Amino acid sequence: MKVVLQHLTKKFPSRNRKVNDEVIAVNDFDFEIPDGKLIGLLGPSGCGKSTCLNLISGLLTPTSGRILFGDDDVTDLPPENRGVGLVFQNYALYPHLTVRQNIQFPLQNLKGADRPSREEMDRRALEAAKLVQIEGLMDRKPGEMSGGQQQRVAIARAVVKMPRVLLLDEPLSNLDARLRLQTREEIRRIQRETGITTVFVTHDQEEAMSISDMIVVMKDGVVHQIDQPQNVYDDPVDLFVAKFLGTPPINVFEGAVRGGRLYIGDEDVLDVPGADDRAVWVGIRPEGFVLKPDGRFTCGLDRVEVMGRDISVVCHHPAATADQIRAIISAENRAGATGQAVRFDLKPRKVHLFDRESEARVPFDGPRAPMDEVK
Amino acid sequence: MRGDKKANNLKGWLYLLPAMLFLGFFMVYPLVDVFVYSFEEGYNSASQTYFGVGLYNYSYVLHDPYFLQALKNTFILVVITVPLSTLLALLISVGLSSISKLKELYQTVYFLPYVTNTLAVGLVFMILFKRTAYTDGLANLVLAWFGRGPVDFIDGPYWAKMFVLCFYTVWVVMPFKVLILTSALASVDQTYYNAAKVDGTSPFRIFRKITLPMISPMIFYLVITGFIGAFKAYSDAVALFGTNLNAAEMNTIVGYVYDMLYGDSGGYPSYASAAAILLFAVVFTITLINLSISKKNVHY
Amino acid sequence: MSARQNELSRISRASRTRRAAVRTVTYILLTLWALMVLFPYYWMILSSVKSYSAYNGEYVPAFFTLSPTLENYREAFSAVPLARYFLNSLLFTIVTTGLMMAVIIPAAFAFARLEFRGRNLVFALFLALMMIPNELVIITNFQTITNAGLRNTYAGLILPSVTSVFYIYLLRENFAQIPDELYSAAKVDGTTDFKYLTRVMMPICRPTIITIVILKVIECWNSYVWPRLVTDDPAYFLVSNGIQEIRENGFGRENIPAMMAAVVVISLPLIALFLCFRKKVMAGVSRGGIKG
Repeated sequence: MKVVLQHLTKKFPSRNRKVNDEVIAVNDFDFEIPDGKLIGLLGPSGCGKSTCLNLISGLLTPTSGRILFGDDDVTDLPPENRGVGLVFQNYALYPHLTVRQNIQFPLQNLKGADRPSREEMDRRALEAAKLVQIEGLMDRKPGEMSGGQQQRVAIARAVVKMPRVLLLDEPLSNLDARLRLQTREEIRRIQRETGITTVFVTHDQEEAMSISDMIVVMKDGVVHQIDQPQNVYDDPVDLFVAKFLGTPPINVFEGAVRGGRLYIGDEDVLDVPGADDRAVWVGIRPEGFVLKPDGRFTCGLDRVEVMGRDISVVCHHPAATADQIRAIISAENRAGATGQAVRFDLKPRKVHLFDRESEARVPFDGPRAPMDEVK
Repeated sequence: MRGDKKANNLKGWLYLLPAMLFLGFFMVYPLVDVFVYSFEEGYNSASQTYFGVGLYNYSYVLHDPYFLQALKNTFILVVITVPLSTLLALLISVGLSSISKLKELYQTVYFLPYVTNTLAVGLVFMILFKRTAYTDGLANLVLAWFGRGPVDFIDGPYWAKMFVLCFYTVWVVMPFKVLILTSALASVDQTYYNAAKVDGTSPFRIFRKITLPMISPMIFYLVITGFIGAFKAYSDAVALFGTNLNAAEMNTIVGYVYDMLYGDSGGYPSYASAAAILLFAVVFTITLINLSISKKNVHY
Repeated sequence: MSARQNELSRISRASRTRRAAVRTVTYILLTLWALMVLFPYYWMILSSVKSYSAYNGEYVPAFFTLSPTLENYREAFSAVPLARYFLNSLLFTIVTTGLMMAVIIPAAFAFARLEFRGRNLVFALFLALMMIPNELVIITNFQTITNAGLRNTYAGLILPSVTSVFYIYLLRENFAQIPDELYSAAKVDGTTDFKYLTRVMMPICRPTIITIVILKVIECWNSYVWPRLVTDDPAYFLVSNGIQEIRENGFGRENIPAMMAAVVVISLPLIALFLCFRKKVMAGVSRGGIKG
């Protein structure tokens, strides 16, 4: 089931009663979630991603705009008539019911002809439990289970009624680091097996990047970019997206474009044909640095951290917005990372320019792919 | 170091001393004494002498028609008002929790009876229900709209008096129950309701399957305290029917205790003690029964 | 628009209507109960401003009056010693509450903070006392006070009303939540235990202390049973007993407007107190969980 958001806006009255203004939690969302895909809504906390999820589920009604499931306009439809499954951040499992009763709960709500028989309910609950691999725990109560197991029960409860759309609100945030890795693969697998269009909300870019077919990056109620994870990483539309994605984070410098060349400080660090002269923010991904004794970009060396296959060169530069710059270099190329200063060449595909005022991406053309292979 | 410890011990007891004096004098000693009284036969409060020791006081109380009347009244009151007020409070609290506009106003209004003198409002209730030579009273006016009445609810037939007593008791105990249930409802995590809503759960089913189990500990708490409170009913009855409750056939067990102690038929602390201990035994038993039921039925 | 879309908007409309209907019914029910609660107050005030002759002239009671009078209030204060009852209650409430605080704060402090032999045993005994109903001990207390010749005295009224195991327990729980580090820090700075109690613990636990004071004030103002037992001289009546006295012998049975004026005057202080400290009172009662 494809989900279409048309100019969707949600305003909340301000918390502060004396000030008569509104908070725009979701501002003019206008995009389409293709059928059968796994979509991540990604942004820092307070960016409106949970509000967006609640609008899709029907727990909130939009201030303006429409929501379509396939060709059905569901904007004014109450949640129970939308056919959505929702997994809550804290799972919201009923503590007084067993796993089986929890999973069957949505089925028992069905009325009339839609209501399955007892056997059918048992069969479908078991099927859902098998899908999330908790069929052995059917008679436990939620309080007797680990966080990861509870999470699986919550997913089983959400998929048992075969929803048209599955929504997950920060599904991994209550799990410890190891379970998180495991569970996100699990979510990917379940989504693949069921083919249900799935939207999940997260503030963790790594989580979003690793399992989504498509991610929606948002901030302060505004969508910044919608694309496949790799594209968002490689071609961020603005400084916010560039900074929000990637670990270690992108290094940002003050710089300027003059006559097709990029200057950081006094150094002419890269040819940027096609870019107009202007003041820019220069974003350089950690993997965009190449150590070279005669490199065009000079930084003060702080230390070198060995991380196995790669090494991390930690240095500083007066034009950098952060105290530290981090460059990831493959270990065999570490020669040159000694002394007071270190010199780099830059990989053009890993360098992004953003207008100093608008912070929008400033494109430049250049020999992209071949330069990338320079080692 | 040892001396230091001793000083500490002394200091601890010193801080406790006032409380222990008061409690010893007005709680521990009387507690022992009430049992002693209840077994002393023919105790005379003027001369402070008695004939012998035995169960006569209990037997006297249990054969006293006034006590049996009080016992009957108290049981009727308990059986009617505890379930009724709990259900009504549940209904009101659920309604109260579902609204946002004017919620504080309603809460404030509902709480008013708690801070009002029981005797004072009781007098108003008496006037509303009383029939005099000058007027049939407001309650009878309402009855007349339905073509019934007039009935004197204060000096009239037994059932009418019992009705007013139950009505007033419910009115008096509601604030506490509504308050407790409203805060219990507010502490139920909202996401449970959201989860149920997304799953298309009907409001009735949400109430029965989610709300009720989640607040069941509080409901049982209210039932238990409600039983205890209703068994100790007294001043509500005094407010409505005056201090001579025996004459009004509206006495309660606690009323009987006080009447035995002091009042028109007073001066018999032994009978009062026996009656008080019987009351305590009843309340204790019912609380135990309640607890054992709640262990079976209160979820998690 | 397709048939399916028609069906969907029908469902949306139906659910909106249902929600609105449920909300309306909820508000109607809540308002009904609110009226039920408020009506006696309204009637109390209404009757108190009707003149004696007007009130008794209404065979069918009137729901409003066009000629309100304050005559009944004058009558209430002059014909019976209402001011006296009022002052007695005020004195009783203030002294009892003050004494109680002076007794329970050190006790709660001892249980929560001081370490001495036998503390846990005594605390367990205290907890056991919480289950003892007042009705059991009141008999002996009555005898004690009578034998001590304290009937119809303030001491006789106040002393047995001072203790409350429950409030000691409530305060101790609150005191015990204060981290031990504060105590250690104070000790290092050479603070005495008493100073630590008054300068650190009491300010931190102020909300609980205020709650207890409010609950005790309500309890004192409304107390009826004990004062009834130990006073038969109207000079020592509290408001509850005064009301009962007025009802039985006061203005003559039928001067109901004056009676209502007295009831209004007596109810007013606590209602005013409640409206000022609404949140505190309600939070306190729901935490304390007892009716005074």
